[in-house]
Amino acid sequence: MITLAERINGMFLDVKKAIKERDPSVIHELAKKQTEAGATYLDINVGTAAADQEDAMRWLVEATQEAVKTPIAIDSQKLSVIKAGLEVVKNDVMINSAQGDPEVLDTYMPLAKKHNAALICLTMNKEGIPQNIDTRIEIAAEIAGKAMEHDMDMDKIFIDPILFTISVDQKQPAYMLEVFNQIKLISDPPPHITVGLSNLSQGTKEKSLISRTFLTMAIAAGMDTALMDVLDTELMDAAICAEMLLNKQIYSDSFLKAARR
Amino acid sequence: MEIANIVDKCPGTVKEVIIGATKDEGGTRGKSITVGGSNCIPFMDFDGSPGHKPAIAMDVYDIPPEEWPEPLMKHYADVVDNPANWAKKCVEFGADLICLKLDGIHPDKKNISASETVSTVKSILEAVDIPLIIWGCENDERDNEILPKVSEATKGERCLIGSVTQDNYKTITAVCLADGHNLITQAPVDINIGKQINILVADLGFPTDRIVMFQTTGALGYGIEYCYSIHERARIAALSGDRQMSFPIICDVGHEAWRSKESKARDDEVPQWGSFADRGKMWEAITATTLMQSGVDIIRMNHPEAVSIVKKHIENLT
Repeated sequence: MITLAERINGMFLDVKKAIKERDPSVIHELAKKQTEAGATYLDINVGTAAADQEDAMRWLVEATQEAVKTPIAIDSQKLSVIKAGLEVVKNDVMINSAQGDPEVLDTYMPLAKKHNAALICLTMNKEGIPQNIDTRIEIAAEIAGKAMEHDMDMDKIFIDPILFTISVDQKQPAYMLEVFNQIKLISDPPPHITVGLSNLSQGTKEKSLISRTFLTMAIAAGMDTALMDVLDTELMDAAICAEMLLNKQIYSDSFLKAARR
Repeated sequence: MEIANIVDKCPGTVKEVIIGATKDEGGTRGKSITVGGSNCIPFMDFDGSPGHKPAIAMDVYDIPPEEWPEPLMKHYADVVDNPANWAKKCVEFGADLICLKLDGIHPDKKNISASETVSTVKSILEAVDIPLIIWGCENDERDNEILPKVSEATKGERCLIGSVTQDNYKTITAVCLADGHNLITQAPVDINIGKQINILVADLGFPTDRIVMFQTTGALGYGIEYCYSIHERARIAALSGDRQMSFPIICDVGHEAWRSKESKARDDEVPQWGSFADRGKMWEAITATTLMQSGVDIIRMNHPEAVSIVKKHIENLT
């Protein structure tokens, strides 16, 4: 599966401090560790604390690139912060994320094409996050339609149907599986499906177990990408095992070791 | 109306393996042969690059074969006790590679010594200038004794040496690594073991651009469908990006086709089966052309006319 490593985020205190003090060593280490753990992309989010978020993003992207050549996901709700990251990025890149309103996509998709970037699109719009399956699918279909209009390769589109914390709505994980199943049908080839996995277990006492149990269920339903804790080896191993059980990887006695490389 | 582009792009590519080294590259071969490189379903060149054409390796044995039927033996009768002359004949027949099969080192056969085997290998290297495959007798003890000596004596020639299995791989892998040869990993028509042995040799530090897989071969009527489906699955895994399966595949068509009863039965035994003189070579050619569709990169063969039929077929498809 495609993993977005979540640790370079200003919401974590060590990263927040590193941004404030412009200390690249913390970022270098996180970039290396997460790359070794198998991250496909390193997600970079300045958080909310930085005074100048654009400058903080530029610095974080540069600090990360000093350490690794791993692709980078520039993570912000603000277009100006994303643009700041794109100015300095040299590695392969993903934009995380755009909302599903047509006029927003008309801005983000040409930007993604210009930088040959992948693009995460949320199934939400100016009316907020839909509370049912149908509206999520409707927005996902609009996103796929916009991608075709902008002549974007579907392989570059990642649809995020937005996973809530389990404490907010316990019915949600089950219907999210239905959403994954339906998104796969909206185009051929289908877009990628991604979630912010750690959101689900936020505030619980069994974060790792909840994450990896849902991850295996979600992979079976067609989700192929997640923003997650790649340093959780049990979580990463569960993903490898799920893919093997779904016949996406050939079994061998050393399949786990081989896939971890 | 615009016609939709329905090209199937594959994220993975079969690795290229170079067999044989020229003088400039530290060996003595006239040219090297590159196999693999495909990133599409075999011969579907509109989807991607089909890579290098399948290469034909013609078998030479270190001892005269005991059970070859007359329609095959007649082409080699004057050379079966001289591997170097045999190899020359294979070159005349159009072989891309020579596959020296060391049946004679087996304790149940001639138990030939390492020094005698090394002389045989050297005589072939002197007689012909095409790249060499050297294949043991599949008796672990004898292979582990003889192949290291052969590997050392051919250092720099970038031969393809085999085979190693999940139960016996360390010695031969280590010498091939040290002497710069390519390696054949073998599994008994088992995709899981096929992947496992690749992981095991890579764990010893063996470079993954020097591995060729052998899934064992079944001739037409003798399990070809099992062999076909294993090749196919291995190739699809490679094209899907499975790094432990993205290696060229070798198959042993000649030996398997010529031990079938269809190749051996004489006209008076089964008059309704058609000419004894033609049956075996057709069996060999059909086995080879069928397996080509499953995705094979090196085909071991015996009969000169079967070789020319298969080579023509390859030209037609590429």
